[in-house]
Amino acid sequence: MTCACNGEKNKEKYFEPLYMIFEEYGPDDKNLIPVLQNAQDEYGYLPEDVLKEISSHMKIPLCKVYGVVTFYTQFHLEPRGDNIIRVCMGTACHVRGASDIFEVVNDELGIADGETTEDLKFTLERVACIGACGLAPVIMVNDNTHGRLTPDKTREVLDIYR
Amino acid sequence: MALIKINGKEHEVESDLSILEAVRGEGYEIPTLCYHPDLSISGGCRLCIVEDVDSGQLITSCSTGVTEGLEIKTASERVERARRSVVDLLLSDHPLDCMICEADGNCTLQDLAYRYGLNESTLGSKIDPRFEIEHDNPFIVHDPDKCILCGRCIRVDNEIQCSDAIDFINRGFTTRIAAALEKDLGDDDSTCVFCGQCVEMCPTGALTYKPSIGEGREYNLEHTETTCGYCGVGCKLDLKTRGNKVVEVGSIYREGTPNPVGEACVKGRFGYEFIDHPDRLKTPLIKDKETGEFNEASWDEALDYIGDKFNQIKEESGGDAFGALCSARCSNEDNYLMQKLMRAGLGSHTIDHCARL
Amino acid sequence: MKSLEELKEIRDKYKNEIQIRKKEFREEEHIHKAHVMVCTGTGCVSSGARDVVAEFNDELGSRNLEDEVKVVGTGCHGLCELGPLVIVYPEGTFYSEITRDDVAEIVEEHIIDGQIVERLLYEDKSGKKIAGYNDIDFYKRQKRIALKNCGKINPESIEEYFAEGGYEALGKVIDELSPEEVIEMVKDSGLRGRGGGGFPTGLKWSFAAGAPGDKKYVICNADEGDPGAFMDRSVLEGDPHGIIEGMAISAYAIGADEGYIYVRAEYPLAVMRLKKAIIDAEEYGILGDNIYDSDFSFDLHVKEGAGAFVCGEETALMQSIEGNRGMPTPRPPYPAVKGLWGKPTNINNVETLVNIPYIILEGPEKFSAVGTEGSKGTKVFALTGKVNNTGLVEIAMGTTLREIIFDIGGGVQGGKEFKAVQTGGPSGGCVPKEHLDLSIDYESLLDVGAMMGSGGMVVMDEDTCMVDVARFFLDFTQSESCGKCTPCRIGTKRMLQILERITQGDGQGGDIDLLLELGARVKETSLCGLGQTAPNPVLSTIKFFRDEYEAHIYDNYCPTGSCDELALPYWIDKDICIGCTACVNECPVDAISGERKEPHVIDEDACISCGACAEICPVDAIFQK
Repeated sequence: MTCACNGEKNKEKYFEPLYMIFEEYGPDDKNLIPVLQNAQDEYGYLPEDVLKEISSHMKIPLCKVYGVVTFYTQFHLEPRGDNIIRVCMGTACHVRGASDIFEVVNDELGIADGETTEDLKFTLERVACIGACGLAPVIMVNDNTHGRLTPDKTREVLDIYR
Repeated sequence: MALIKINGKEHEVESDLSILEAVRGEGYEIPTLCYHPDLSISGGCRLCIVEDVDSGQLITSCSTGVTEGLEIKTASERVERARRSVVDLLLSDHPLDCMICEADGNCTLQDLAYRYGLNESTLGSKIDPRFEIEHDNPFIVHDPDKCILCGRCIRVDNEIQCSDAIDFINRGFTTRIAAALEKDLGDDDSTCVFCGQCVEMCPTGALTYKPSIGEGREYNLEHTETTCGYCGVGCKLDLKTRGNKVVEVGSIYREGTPNPVGEACVKGRFGYEFIDHPDRLKTPLIKDKETGEFNEASWDEALDYIGDKFNQIKEESGGDAFGALCSARCSNEDNYLMQKLMRAGLGSHTIDHCARL
Repeated sequence: MKSLEELKEIRDKYKNEIQIRKKEFREEEHIHKAHVMVCTGTGCVSSGARDVVAEFNDELGSRNLEDEVKVVGTGCHGLCELGPLVIVYPEGTFYSEITRDDVAEIVEEHIIDGQIVERLLYEDKSGKKIAGYNDIDFYKRQKRIALKNCGKINPESIEEYFAEGGYEALGKVIDELSPEEVIEMVKDSGLRGRGGGGFPTGLKWSFAAGAPGDKKYVICNADEGDPGAFMDRSVLEGDPHGIIEGMAISAYAIGADEGYIYVRAEYPLAVMRLKKAIIDAEEYGILGDNIYDSDFSFDLHVKEGAGAFVCGEETALMQSIEGNRGMPTPRPPYPAVKGLWGKPTNINNVETLVNIPYIILEGPEKFSAVGTEGSKGTKVFALTGKVNNTGLVEIAMGTTLREIIFDIGGGVQGGKEFKAVQTGGPSGGCVPKEHLDLSIDYESLLDVGAMMGSGGMVVMDEDTCMVDVARFFLDFTQSESCGKCTPCRIGTKRMLQILERITQGDGQGGDIDLLLELGARVKETSLCGLGQTAPNPVLSTIKFFRDEYEAHIYDNYCPTGSCDELALPYWIDKDICIGCTACVNECPVDAISGERKEPHVIDEDACISCGACAEICPVDAIFQK
């Protein structure tokens, strides 16, 4: 979703989901992170206009909002793919060949760490341990965990989401 | 009061002080980078560490309070070794361009490198810059490569000036300081008011005054304490001059002044260009009615001329013919005298004031 | 619910429901014919446990057995490697690696005909099929206190928690004990913090209890982020009420009326179950105002992290709850005096808290009867890496590393030789084989340069390069450093750069000493626990595997062949080579020469160790040095 702020009406419509979030979370500093999390769920990422609206509505300086957004790895300032592929680089996965798995995904989709495919279908990320070490090596696609991967099995998993 | 032992010697100090304050108060030296008495405590630079004899730990003296019976070493071999390693690490991520740096001679990092005999880091030097220099606004230049992330600029901005214009962004080794959305300080989204206090607080050359670049460094400048002429607040300023030319305005930190923690506004800080401007009026001018030209006159001539005209107008048209507009740049006393002149001298109640600068 | 008596009534009602899962089960008491327990922890779910649950429901439904047989989704059993796991009661038969295709067979043969499905049983090292859950080596040697409910009850049912005696400990402290007495009990139990440092829990509580102030907070630190650790996740997913009860008791003890559970956002299932558990507890009046009709009130919130390992550090965690960047602040002031929003705050880890109800109900003596002199009770470890049985194990303190890795873990995968075990995650160290008989307790691990940490235990075999392991952990801590203090921000970066150049074959003489010096200073001068422990993996691998570092730097080779740039060249066994020339054509750098039908040779200097030749060789004549 991109902002097409041609007029007040469009703007209102664009921010409507955000105002719903504000109804649940009042303008209190402690609500900044939950508001950002919910806004990202809604918009897929955190566009500049959304950050500005959050800042002015919650009365939190924009530079602080931006500082918080850039501190936590969960937040993204660029549009993201429909499917988020997280390749676990935790210890258990590392010793069981996580970097090979990463390379397969990297080759298959032609995107590097943190990048999104041009068709906005996939975003690739290396992540720290996701706590499924028993199944190492593991990738997470959206909320689904796929474990005990081999390069071939990884390709099969990718095909499910293509 | 608390009895503490510093480097084996007993001292009685106020019990509500931090170790740093107490130790400095007793005349011992402790280096710091992120500490400033007017700002909240960060504890990030790690230079103020001292050795706690009881626990054997190195503790930060800025963030730890004194306690009865405390015994510390401020300059033991272990402490100095640790501090040296901190400076060494900072230097490994800092350009070695003191020769052309504006902050040369006024840089705590440079002083520390001198103190520990480090002409470069033992871990290798920073050859390529990691960041771009930000200088899109007319007043402040920010070079993140020279930044040691002490955060004093952020704290003075948030706690003293309350502009909330800058904060840390990113994290770890990629951390830097930026205005909202990483835009320039002068951008529409920036709340910076260019008070310049961040530059004053910067212990290195990461933040510098753009108009002062190339105008001389600390050791070239003379300091003159003055009162700002822009408004009636009467801020104390440190005019820095070189060869009788004002090249920079610094802060003065003193209790009892109107701006005790070095506050200034953009005019006080940067509005000194007029002093040497060729268009600046230095004598009164009287208009020649024939030619329409303005001719230089002495103050006596000018005042006599005005006095004569005042009398003439008052006789011909009465006091109501006068109106006066005075300025917020004048002190209360000046403004009082102005209205007195109008009411008692000329007999007019038409007095106004421009409340803008 | 207004009183402990009322709770006991509910408990007894539901106790019958789950009686079938107990050893002392008597047939005449049964309500159901069978209980099918399907593990729905994250590990098993990703192996397809949800399909298995659905299939059981369909299968039982189509045979009109849904009233007689209950299908229960449970928390983690620990043996994640073999998931999805299914346990059928009353027999307690343990089936592993179940897919939906196996379900009909279990229903038909086991539940209807009463015949165990041999084919699906767990098989031990010797190939013997084992039917009984408690007869499996992996479980037999464990001692379950923290994990006592994990896998035994439905974590989404507060009633099942009641049936296991849940919330009785809370009732007991409110009815019978003063806050001081509760703290004394926890002190007497000898419980120490399970999150890493091992600070005595009772003492910690007494600090927060003694701090002046009307408003106090308790926080559960569930920001488990160590790579290779998932103990807390399993408890959060498998026994959320255990944590809530532990927190309520700690709140009662220190005089707090509000609490936060700070949980990693990467644990969606844990967040969902915690939220449900809180709502259920509120409905029963176990959370909220005037709990058990007393003056004690307690509100609990879940706060999701946003992806920052450093927020596991308690001052950073509080910054994050307050809505700030998670940058730690100097201590003192300690959270017990000045914590969340400046109020006295007590912070405990998940596993610490889940031990509390047991200590209160069973008594501190029973808890402290387990363990060693200085380390009481049990510890949960996430056993991973090159070990046969990866999974979650809870053992009595004092158990040796050998028992965990070889007896419970079934030894090293693929018959390879054990090299080291890494404990304590990025803050810990590697323990080599000469210390395998080390008894596990806080002090003995510290003595060898490792630490208990939160409980990650990664087994490494002969193929694991210890320099690469150190580089891996430094890469992690370096990227998770908050950037506030100089030693951690720049020091870990410089250490990583040195390790990178060593693993890439550019190591320089003096690099080892430089790492030791830098590591010591970073430990000594960093602001928070992250930086203070970040050098440990490097220092401990240098201590025990210095020869591997030296091989990388001075001999320009990686003894395990893990570091690509330092891989050893290949060579051709003359006696096997048939001179087919396949390798000559395959070699990307033309390093192989030889006449057709004559043995070939590889120019070692030209060889880039890509291994293409060995792969193509039809007679397997090519080996790496």
